Amino acid sequence: MRVLRSAARLARANVIGSIGVMLVVSLTLIAIFAPQLSPHDPNAQIGKRLTEPGPQYLLGLDQLGRDELSRLIFGARVSLGVSVVSVAIALLIGSSLGLLSGYYGGALDNVIMRVMDLMFTLPSFVLALALAGILGPALPNVIVAIAFVTIPTIARITRAPVLALREAEFVQSARAVGAGDARILLRHVFPNALAPLIVQTTVSISDAILIEAGLSFLGLGVQAPDTSWGNMLGSGRDYMELANGLSVFPGAAIMLAVLGFNLAGDGLRDVLDPRLRKA
Amino acid sequence: MRSFLARRVISTLAGAAALSVLVFVLIRLVPGDAVTLWIGQEGTMSPQVQETLRKLFGLSAPPHEQYLGWIGDLLRGDLGYSFRSRLPVLPLILQALPVTLELAVLAMCISVSVALPLGILSAARRNSPLDLAARVLGLLGLSMPSFWIAVLLILASTTIFTWLPSLIYVGLFEDPLLNLQQMAMPAFALSLPLMGVVMRMTRSSMLEVLDQDFIRTARAKGLTEGRVRLRHALKNAFIPIVTILGIQLGRLLGGAVIVEQIFGLPGLGTLLISALTGRDYPMVQGTVLIIGLFFMTVQLVVDLSYAYLDPRIRYA
Repeated sequence: MRVLRSAARLARANVIGSIGVMLVVSLTLIAIFAPQLSPHDPNAQIGKRLTEPGPQYLLGLDQLGRDELSRLIFGARVSLGVSVVSVAIALLIGSSLGLLSGYYGGALDNVIMRVMDLMFTLPSFVLALALAGILGPALPNVIVAIAFVTIPTIARITRAPVLALREAEFVQSARAVGAGDARILLRHVFPNALAPLIVQTTVSISDAILIEAGLSFLGLGVQAPDTSWGNMLGSGRDYMELANGLSVFPGAAIMLAVLGFNLAGDGLRDVLDPRLRKA
Repeated sequence: MRSFLARRVISTLAGAAALSVLVFVLIRLVPGDAVTLWIGQEGTMSPQVQETLRKLFGLSAPPHEQYLGWIGDLLRGDLGYSFRSRLPVLPLILQALPVTLELAVLAMCISVSVALPLGILSAARRNSPLDLAARVLGLLGLSMPSFWIAVLLILASTTIFTWLPSLIYVGLFEDPLLNLQQMAMPAFALSLPLMGVVMRMTRSSMLEVLDQDFIRTARAKGLTEGRVRLRHALKNAFIPIVTILGIQLGRLLGGAVIVEQIFGLPGLGTLLISALTGRDYPMVQGTVLIIGLFFMTVQLVVDLSYAYLDPRIRYA
């Protein structure tokens, strides 16, 4: 109950962040309950191709006569799923690298951070595009590509606070009572380095959604029969003059998802950064 | 200043070396090698011929020798030959580079010339309806993928005005007016997300600066509000704005890759995508390398402009 009340207080103080969280939660629910929510089978050809939106098919039918709304709903699964899974992989690898790098310092730090710098020499979309293109267009490769370009940012964000925490008194005292490195890192250092990482995670997910959409839009990402918002937009734009909804709705879905994660990130930053929090 | 310059140039060169390693490794992630790919095209090939070809392409040498050989060729301006067109890669890339450059510069100019005044106004009239509208627009802008904006622009242009610029690309120096007509929509599509980011940064950085003592001093001296804002506040607010421009450049270039393709502009992005879909690896390698070098050069320019904006950096 107290948790709920303080959550309500935070939400009142942080309208923008709450809108973001609400967007993210609703899109996640849509993705989870896609089979229950979608009015039709997303891959079934149920009517005349390129049927205009109307009472029967709210967002119309696509170029193959499939229900656009149902495809958008199922698309949420792939678009959000790919982004969340790739960022999760990047978090696992990136934060471990950042922790090790910041905690042990020295040659290890140097090697890890130089390898990370390597990946900053290319714009992340171009790197992901080249990687996905070279590995071949397939769902797992898209995930690998997005995770790969997300790792360096996560590693940097984790490393920065660890550098300071390494010398903190509570870490010194943990060491003095004989705690091992693994325990110190996981129990003492990592939890205290979490705040910036949580904010970065939301930002990274919104970036991942954009990268996945871009790759799939170009046909180098998620392949049919899997449906993502990016490849819906990519194939829908060929029928722009005949059914303009096909070029509008998937893009709007991408925008809402990106907006949601961005706003949630802004809100989290305000909540987690005590300097910005009003008493 | 000179030592700052020297340090920055050296670190850019180190970055370029790093980039070459990345590209070299990246291209070797291709399943199989150039010769097995060739077999895919030609049908069958005897093991002896394969071996000869590998030797010919230097593929049988150990990786570090291959890398050094490649770098040697690179420094002589030889980026190899396209698998598809059999033409040398470098001239094709140099032909495409100005298109991407023009697009990126235009997009940056559009977004800065809208975002800067809007951010300043938004900060000056904090919490006014104008501020609120600017912030909402900024957020929407930065959440819209540029390729969607591009699609929407084409859609609006064809349905409302039933007009589209000619799809056959014309160079800037051949016919500037027609060229700008063709560039306007893609540049605008790319500028919108950047606009949102720059507007937000201008606003928050102006708000921060306007709070400081030297602004109060400037006001106390009796300077007009306009002069305080533009001469004293803006110049100090510029550094984070320039930083964010540098960071966002990557996103801009990434967006340009897709937007070029949508509008059929023969830039680096179009080249890269057709090379990737055609499995033309020398071309992929060359384009990625040049995009990276382009990216790093602009970052260098951004860093050097700090030195101009902030004397503390110049004399450090």
